[in-house]
Amino acid sequence: MARTLFEKIWDEHVVLEEPGEPALLYVDLHLVHEVTSPQAFEGLRLAGRRVRRPDLSVATMDHNVPTLPGPITDPMARAQLDALRANCEEFGIALHATGSGREGIVHVIGPELGLTQPGKTIVCGDSHTSTHGAFGALAFGIGTSEVEHVLATQTLWQRRPRTMLLEFAGELPPGLTAKDVILSAIGVVGVSGGVGHVVEYAGDVIRGLSIENRMTICNMSIEWGARAGLVAPDDTAFAYLEGREHAPRGAEWERALERWRELVTDEGAGFDRHIVIDVAELAPQVTWGTNPGMVVPVTGVVPDPEEMTGDDREAGERALAYMGLRAGTPIQEIRLDRVFIGSCTNSRIEDLRAAAAIVAGKRVAPGVTALVVPGSARVRRQAEDEGLDRIFLDAGFEWRLAGCSMCLGMNPDVLSPGERCASTSNRNFEGRQGRGGRTHLVSPQMAAAAALAGHFVDVRELEAVAP
Amino acid sequence: MKPFRSVTGRVAVLDRPDVDTDQIIPKQFLKRVERTGYGEFAFFDWRYDESGAPRPDFELNRPEFADAKVLLAGRNFGCGSSREHAAWALQDYGFDVVVASSFGDIFRSNASKIGMVVVELPEHEVKALMEAVDLDKGSDVTVDLEVREIVAPDGRRVGFEFDETTRHRLLEGLDEIALTLQHEDAIRAYEAARAPA
Repeated sequence: MARTLFEKIWDEHVVLEEPGEPALLYVDLHLVHEVTSPQAFEGLRLAGRRVRRPDLSVATMDHNVPTLPGPITDPMARAQLDALRANCEEFGIALHATGSGREGIVHVIGPELGLTQPGKTIVCGDSHTSTHGAFGALAFGIGTSEVEHVLATQTLWQRRPRTMLLEFAGELPPGLTAKDVILSAIGVVGVSGGVGHVVEYAGDVIRGLSIENRMTICNMSIEWGARAGLVAPDDTAFAYLEGREHAPRGAEWERALERWRELVTDEGAGFDRHIVIDVAELAPQVTWGTNPGMVVPVTGVVPDPEEMTGDDREAGERALAYMGLRAGTPIQEIRLDRVFIGSCTNSRIEDLRAAAAIVAGKRVAPGVTALVVPGSARVRRQAEDEGLDRIFLDAGFEWRLAGCSMCLGMNPDVLSPGERCASTSNRNFEGRQGRGGRTHLVSPQMAAAAALAGHFVDVRELEAVAP
Repeated sequence: MKPFRSVTGRVAVLDRPDVDTDQIIPKQFLKRVERTGYGEFAFFDWRYDESGAPRPDFELNRPEFADAKVLLAGRNFGCGSSREHAAWALQDYGFDVVVASSFGDIFRSNASKIGMVVVELPEHEVKALMEAVDLDKGSDVTVDLEVREIVAPDGRRVGFEFDETTRHRLLEGLDEIALTLQHEDAIRAYEAARAPA
């Protein structure tokens, strides 16, 4: 029978399934970080349980770590990082600790170490685990109770989710990015449009994207409620993986390739939902509100809640009040205090290259503080080898150490109340980047351009006047 | 996990769509390594102003909603971050049940793992329940998981669907890991079958 990519991976991982009951699903890779794991390890200790497969678990430090050199001064953050170190030692889990040179955001290091592979089931106590779907893995976020369950059993009970095909049609115009594609899609389907579904992203647009850009798309699956998002693996994915530390080698690589090439949705396989979004007319996207679905083109204006219906109107009014914006204001007149380039959405080498290309030879606008935070120690080294750090530093950006940084304000990188930030991260929720902080989500290119101008600009015009 | 059969108590209304887990428990409280004590921080930035005084305009600060056990919420409640701290915070705050027309998938799962009941009803039913709440005096409701029914403040009975496996586990207060470990043979067999030759 014709099966979707998701169904193939799912079927392959069912340990046990009784009619009418959830399936017991095997987990191939469990990624662990400091924030959502201490209570899970404590649960194991209290029940006298062990970690079933420490060899399939990998830990990193990312959410809490400061991105400036020096000791961690926040005692709570330090306690949580110490707990992770102690737990990994006690239970025999490999830890990519801060300062090891192999640390970074969990969703950046998984792929770069070659741990993330097509056809795997991957979980992590973090909602952006969907990132790994870019390789054709079934990857999703879980809570701490489930983290404990996976540690103890290497499995999870899961009801089979519904399936969705999100197809991008048309040709992506020049200057447009994966971030614009996914932000505009969320604007169309809404922040709860994917609830209960695993979505496969498809279409020539997706095929034409690099693996890092596909990660940006899959990363934001959770922002429209999808359980997971994935892309059928192809030569782009295989080329990225070949030779990476944990990727198969030699004859094993050849066998893996053979298996991975089967990981496509069969002709005639059905999805519960099929959505087509045309990107031919897409313009760079900027969020104006307090969830990622509140998004407009950079050529547009802040929308008027009066023109919204139902609960959306009140939510729109509340969002404008929080964001300190007036309906009808052109997006390009919104002035910024801060710019953040980083996060598991947009902190990989291609993101940094794209931002650097905009920034090269120019200066950050007076009054704007701009931050570049590579997603991993490895990305940072590579960027420095390419001289990107000099470009950013010369332009007046700060060049930081790897970590989640200002994406979620769990470390010293936070907005002050009322500060307005153009951010390449994934969430513009109230207080996300710091209490009272105002977040506008954009692509790395748009963030870089905004840093230079001090307000949002249409990056396509900037490129047009570049020498 | 404590077994849950039914609860009768005060109901609170938070009629906002897309309440994300960053609001339910802001990030500054995620650095704790404990599983308990999050209730006082629930909705912290909405509950308190910068000086720490309760905000009168936040719904849950209404005296009529004090000590509520049931939360009626807007669509897509608990979207966003996977932080189970959100479910811990709501439960520790006093909520045994959250009712909404839809939920973030991870939040729904997290809640069920800690014995909190998440009830999904059609949007119009949730709105009807909200309208039946006396905002001046406060109202009580009953949520009965055994018979899958809510008794509204006006006495109306509203049935709801509920995942049967989860319902059984909640009613009995079963430890899911212990249940799974009963299937250890199957897990071992699966691992053996997939091991590279």
